[in-house]
Amino acid sequence: MAVLVLADADLGRLTPATARIVAGAAELGPVDLLVDAAAAEEARSLAGVHRVLAAALPATADALAQLLAVLAEPYTHIVAAANASGRDVIPRLAALLDIQPVTDITAILGPTRFERPIYAGNATETVSDGQAKHVLSLRASAFAATVGENSAVVSNISPEVASATEVIAEVRTQSERPELSTAQIVVSGGIPLGDRFALVEDLAGKLGAAVGATRALVDAGHAPNDLQVGQTGKIVAPDLYVGLGISGALQHLAGIQGAKAIFAINTDAEAPLMKIADVALVADLFEAVPAVIAELDRLGIKR
Amino acid sequence: MKILVAVKRVIDHAIRIRVKPDGTGVETANLRMSMNPFDRHAVEAAVRLAEAGQADEIVAVSIGPKAATDVLLTALAMGAHRGLLLETDAKLETLAVAKLLRHVADEEKPDLILLGKQAVDDDSNHVGQMLAGLLGWPQATFASAIELADGQATVTREVDFGRQTLRMSLPAIVTADLRLNEPRNVGLPMVMKAKSKPLATRAVAGLGIDITPRLVVETVTPPRERAQGRVVATPAEFAQAIAAEIGKMEPR
Ligand SMILES: Cc1cc2nc3c(=O)[nH]c(=O)nc-3n(C[C@H](O)[C@H](O)[C@H](O)COP(=O)(O)OP(=O)(O)OC[C@H]3O[C@@H](n4cnc5c(N)ncnc54)[C@H](O)[C@@H]3O)c2cc1C
Ligand SMILES: Nc1ncnc2c1ncn2[C@@H]1O[C@H](COP(=O)(O)O)[C@@H](O)[C@H]1O
Repeated sequence: MAVLVLADADLGRLTPATARIVAGAAELGPVDLLVDAAAAEEARSLAGVHRVLAAALPATADALAQLLAVLAEPYTHIVAAANASGRDVIPRLAALLDIQPVTDITAILGPTRFERPIYAGNATETVSDGQAKHVLSLRASAFAATVGENSAVVSNISPEVASATEVIAEVRTQSERPELSTAQIVVSGGIPLGDRFALVEDLAGKLGAAVGATRALVDAGHAPNDLQVGQTGKIVAPDLYVGLGISGALQHLAGIQGAKAIFAINTDAEAPLMKIADVALVADLFEAVPAVIAELDRLGIKR
Repeated sequence: MKILVAVKRVIDHAIRIRVKPDGTGVETANLRMSMNPFDRHAVEAAVRLAEAGQADEIVAVSIGPKAATDVLLTALAMGAHRGLLLETDAKLETLAVAKLLRHVADEEKPDLILLGKQAVDDDSNHVGQMLAGLLGWPQATFASAIELADGQATVTREVDFGRQTLRMSLPAIVTADLRLNEPRNVGLPMVMKAKSKPLATRAVAGLGIDITPRLVVETVTPPRERAQGRVVATPAEFAQAIAAEIGKMEPR
């Protein structure tokens, strides 16, 4: 068994997802971590990494899949995060290797047995994969990072792959808030917030939480697309999820099933999110949220 | 300029499915079926390109049982010109679907293939990327905008940090996200009219493509039940419950 993990990095820094998927992949065998050269130093200190493969990684999926296919030979498992970049490259790689991939894995039951959600998380499939190689993506939210020191060997590689695709623009959402899919607390808002999304940010700021939104609020142009939580957006698994003015459509719930505690504020006690919430408050969020913040202040809560 | 659009028939996205008690799958009997929602955005994008004079033929293709004809009719009613059903009752993995679509692409030679970003039954999010890999074509997944000019596609994608715009030469593969457009609704009269458009059916069995599953699905289980929650009366109590929750958290 030998595992090649594609690190998740952005602007030369590892994202919090990398440590988590390395921890998950380490259950399968010794991990070689393929990383953009800029993040190699950071990568070698991650617990669970056997060797770092540092390269100038291509920015687009076609070239990256080609590179992974070249490197794949000695490995039994090739693993990436089940996020936008991993979802872009893993199926393409699998096709190049003539392998059926197993993606969005939420539990590793053994080297060839995995659990993955289907139907927006309303069912979980246990699959066994008898193929010669296993091409996988893991949901970072389902795995915990291993703590510990490391100083893995770094091997520099210089792959020669070409892309038929050119990146011509990027729009980055600027935020002070923690990364959504690995955050410990998430505060999300639904469509009634309209142009007052700042209220969600206020409460999130108080709690040191990441901010999220429903598709309805994103579609209406009141929150950036990368904050969408759900089947089509980001999957979160915080210790605490606070939903403000969110009905709890099944596609939204798909994104929060891993949350330990769910709290909700809604004017409608019958809203599905209120029905599954551990703590529910029937109230107008525009009145309730400022009062909640005031009480948190009184209690001296600050994270 | 020819566009191929792949459309899948799935359990309607609004239905909350139930897992069979014996763990062999989900209940599908007598449920409303419809076109995978992302595929409606893909069809809409193709039709708008045709309406703008940028495409002259749209071929909609679906792989599945005879009943998948209904989603092809929907695509034809939305404005696709021809339909093709690759008929099989077998349960297909995404690699098999991609191989079958490559076969169609080899025959049809489209300039652009549009797919949904994911099918909401298996939530795989594979086929577009796999097809692009098999064909050796550039890909743009999770598209929220598509422009064609001078034999190139410029596609804006929804990614983890925000949005990214890619440019690639045709032929290319694009997978549709929900903010790509607002799909038109088609009434029954339009579906009836679509019945006069060409719709071919071919048996998957005759194509000589290996569709044997690679994975074994051992069991399908329902999600765990959440414990009964409580309703609090005031924002202050809500805040106190948050404080209590934070008190229980382990550092991470
Ligand atoms: C294929 C597909 C994929 C999808 N993917 C996603 C996804 O990834 N994520 C996602 O979120 N959605 C997704 N959706 C959309 C989803 O079905 C719902 O439409 C959406 O989640 C609803 O958002 P909402 O809760 O903000 O709005 P609504 O459903 O309109 O709910 C608003 C809630 O706010 C309450 N409310 C109103 N005013 C107040 C007030 N003043 N104070 C407190 N409460 C108030 C109402 O009682 C209501 O419960 C998807 C849909 C499809 C078809
Ligand atoms: N059986 C099928 N027939 C036609 N198109 C399909 C089929 N399965 C998947 N697709 C296409 O591939 C996209 C992604 O599906 P998936 O990779 O299964 O999540 C879908 O949105 C469809 O456009």
